[in-house]
Amino acid sequence: MSTASLPDIVFMLLFFFMTVTTMKDSSLLVENTLPNATEIKKLEKKDRVIYIYIGKPTQEYAKVFGTEPKIQLNDKFANVDEVGSYILAERAKKPPELQNVLTTALKVDKNANMGLIADIKQELRKVNALKVNYTTYDGDAFNNLK
Amino acid sequence: MPRRKGAPEVNAGSMADIAFLLLIFFLVTTTIETDAGLDRMLPPMEPPDEDVIIKQKNIFTVNINKNGQLLVEDDLMNLKDLRTAAISFLENGADGSCSYCKGKKDPASSDNPTKAIISLKNDRETKYSIYITVQNELVGAYNELRNREAQRLYNRDFTEMESEYLNPETPSNVRDELKDKVKNIQDMFPQKLSEAETSTN
Repeated sequence: MSTASLPDIVFMLLFFFMTVTTMKDSSLLVENTLPNATEIKKLEKKDRVIYIYIGKPTQEYAKVFGTEPKIQLNDKFANVDEVGSYILAERAKKPPELQNVLTTALKVDKNANMGLIADIKQELRKVNALKVNYTTYDGDAFNNLK
Repeated sequence: MPRRKGAPEVNAGSMADIAFLLLIFFLVTTTIETDAGLDRMLPPMEPPDEDVIIKQKNIFTVNINKNGQLLVEDDLMNLKDLRTAAISFLENGADGSCSYCKGKKDPASSDNPTKAIISLKNDRETKYSIYITVQNELVGAYNELRNREAQRLYNRDFTEMESEYLNPETPSNVRDELKDKVKNIQDMFPQKLSEAETSTN
């Protein structure tokens, strides 16, 4: 049996996976177990999304930052008042035709409190970033209550 | 001196191994996933110019306290009953102008779906997971009604039509056709879900 074409096939697969791979651009500093929901819509087009992570700092950061839920913007922890300028900075990075159609994806740990979320929503309203998406997993919403 | 036979051969036997190694690396690191979640619009910062007077009976108030208990129209309610309660409020149709509503026409409840507003309030200490569950149930109530009307008019689900309309891979002629249908159903049951600022106590 000839295996001469094997490298070609493997290379083809390799190129496929190389092109579809997206490297994770920021590592998580917070716990991020999302809640479940059923009435969800897909976030199409990743270039139109700004991510905000919220949750308790993970174990290695808990000693320094405590166990209260914190906000993570890009690669570092942030305070509520930095959210507005972060959104504006991210918006300025996008091409002008996309700047009005951006969505803010809130990836919030299910154990976070609404107080922090309310503060963030207030900040988002101040910079007119009104389209938000509460990112969730697909699943029965009543599992959240357990 | 030995006779040269063209270019010397390169041993390419290990090529497959190297390619395999790379392949496995990319296979492991690849995540082909798109995020999904509940889409919501926040209210704009500046208040509307004139005060709109809304009749109390057209507002369906949902309050979540810090223990995750629900107060719906001043009564305690189980989360599991919220969807049905919201549906019967939305399609109540007390003024009789809504021909497709199947509600009870209770004069103490909403006039018609275009006037019905759901107001969601929560405590600062409410857990996010409870809030998402409530949001999910309320959006579910709208979707259930919209699906029913879409089935009646176009023989397919509204949620399916909407996701096909929003999908960028859908051809534009299909999308134009869907646009009117989606808009029509949305106008029948407009999503009026207001979130006031969080109460402090």
